[in-house]
Amino acid sequence: MSAVAAFTTFTAVAAPVFQANVDTDKLIPHKFLRKPLSAGYRNFLFYDQRFAEDGSEKDFILNRAPFDKAGILLSGRNFGCGSTREGAIYALQDFGIRCVIAPSFGDIFYANCLQNGLLPVVIGDAQAEKLNAHLEAHPGAQVSVDLAAQTVTLPYGETLRFEIDAQRKEQLLKGLDDIGITQQYSTQIDQFEAAHKKRQPWLFRAQPELTDTRATLKEGVS
Amino acid sequence: MSGKTLFEKIWDSHMIAEREGGEALLYVDRNLLHEGPFYAFDALKREGRQVHRPLQTIAFSDHYVPTTARAMGSAGIKDGEARVMVEQLARNSRATGIVHFGLQDEEQGIMHVAGAELGLCEPGMLMGGADSHTSTNGAFGLFGFGVGASQVKHILATQTLWFSKPKNMRVTVDGTLGPLVSGKDLILAIIAQIGIDGGIGHVIEYAGSAIRALSMEGRMTVCNMTIEAGARSGMICPDQTTYDYLGNTRYGPKGDDWKAALAYWKTLPTDADARFDREVRLDGNALEPMVTWGTNQDEAIGISGRVPEPASFADPARRERAAEAQAYMQIKPGTAMRDIAVDRVFIGSCTNARIEDLRIAAKLAQGQKARVPTIVVPGSMTVKRAAESEGLHEIFLAAGFEWRDAGCSMCTGSNGDKVPSGERCASTSNRNFEGRQGRGSMTHLVSPASAVAAAVTGRLADAREIA
Repeated sequence: MSAVAAFTTFTAVAAPVFQANVDTDKLIPHKFLRKPLSAGYRNFLFYDQRFAEDGSEKDFILNRAPFDKAGILLSGRNFGCGSTREGAIYALQDFGIRCVIAPSFGDIFYANCLQNGLLPVVIGDAQAEKLNAHLEAHPGAQVSVDLAAQTVTLPYGETLRFEIDAQRKEQLLKGLDDIGITQQYSTQIDQFEAAHKKRQPWLFRAQPELTDTRATLKEGVS
Repeated sequence: MSGKTLFEKIWDSHMIAEREGGEALLYVDRNLLHEGPFYAFDALKREGRQVHRPLQTIAFSDHYVPTTARAMGSAGIKDGEARVMVEQLARNSRATGIVHFGLQDEEQGIMHVAGAELGLCEPGMLMGGADSHTSTNGAFGLFGFGVGASQVKHILATQTLWFSKPKNMRVTVDGTLGPLVSGKDLILAIIAQIGIDGGIGHVIEYAGSAIRALSMEGRMTVCNMTIEAGARSGMICPDQTTYDYLGNTRYGPKGDDWKAALAYWKTLPTDADARFDREVRLDGNALEPMVTWGTNQDEAIGISGRVPEPASFADPARRERAAEAQAYMQIKPGTAMRDIAVDRVFIGSCTNARIEDLRIAAKLAQGQKARVPTIVVPGSMTVKRAAESEGLHEIFLAAGFEWRDAGCSMCTGSNGDKVPSGERCASTSNRNFEGRQGRGSMTHLVSPASAVAAAVTGRLADAREIA
């Protein structure tokens, strides 16, 4: 049932890619979203920034030691905005990133993180700028995250508290996925559905009709 | 006690349970898919799970379908990986009992265009979708939101979703939009005002006379790009415009169901005494056609304007990204937007490829000639047939535009319709991100009218110049 890697504590080199509005197209260009997960998504991360058109490496922070082994990413406001593509998460994780720190996240990206055991940590703008300046000046500096304590400890000794939904925290700590939790509510779901059907029967009647009238078309779909 | 907003009414009527931390378990009435979240089907299979309510999910092939040479079906897709994407959605849908509008289906189209025109989007619904632009359908007074593959899997397995309740913002646009100022210009102006992260954590309801006056197509354009302001969804209270549209759809409620549905829909609009977490106002009279100059959607300005000086932004972060965006876009501050030459034009996408968009485009293209390569990609095959029955395609073809089959096409380029590196495109799509339309591509987001103006002048232009 536990389909997600548990997240408890984590210490790693933090890479500053300190731009606002890093969209998911930038995190992984669309052309890679057709690749099977078995292909490995590591090299798709920030592809256009990291690789030239001929595939050779460009001078981008994540291509350089010690950041090529970074486990934590620091970025700017609205990280992960744009498309819902979960490939952005897979690319970060295959690179080795287990935690992203930013002053704010795109809502869909934030939800996708929680689904996959990637920890999104929100810190203030001023704190993010201070951390960025430090990481730029001290390449390879490490950041520690303690999910149970909801703290992130910065290389200069400062410890910041971050907020996370209590239930989400429990699930991440134990590596529990949503479906297992939801199944505990199956009686309530069935009861709700029955009442909902009674209140708005037309919502449920439209569908069989849709299927019936198109049954022959479905067979023809290649 | 104050009344409820449209969003609150839908939230409350779909809540199954609440839990510690504040997330609620919500019932998903309908779920829309495209080829993207194949990971979800793979994971269901791996975990031995079934699709719980297959009749409540509808799949559309849109991202990877070719916009030419459809006759051979998926066998005609030369790009092997794109062909796999199209075929595996058909296969996964068939295996799980999900209705699928595939490549050769006469009602195939972009999920956010075809779904609505089929009558699958009704007021009061809670709708999940495998795409951020599921917000489009909020134009019908429903709560529609995009999710990633893991949450698609959750919806498929349980027909529910855990959701943290967003805040509610209202954007009121009063006044009257001028000639050739459209829903696209309106939403670009709204995003420019609130910022690309201004809607984070919110659902936005649009209100005011300028919104009421919009057609369903215009409303869908506004709600479509609500996600580009960072909001979870955009919504508009249902009214006679909504009911008239739904009354003409193939799969909308009929007979007694229609009467019952209509009575319910009329209870949904936001109560007069409801409170919003945030209120924003715009003057519709003051708007002109909008165009983006940067690589985020809030980097937009009126077509009569000039590329702004980065120093003109008070926020240092915006100043910095304006400078970076202008470097990527190869434009200099002070340049008049109308002096920027374009290499090609794309009229299409879930933002602007509905019949009304094509009518406006055709009216302006009549008797004109394209100066740069221009493609017109209808949002659905239904839109394509409607346009052809009105003769719009002949106007486009006579103007030298290409007339294609339906799909997402050059908005993402995932089917191979790309903007070559170093080229500048005036596009009716929704994202001007770096490399969005192809690596090294430069995108200026515009309305369909402005896109035609760009096509026939070879530069960014005000449609009112050529009308």
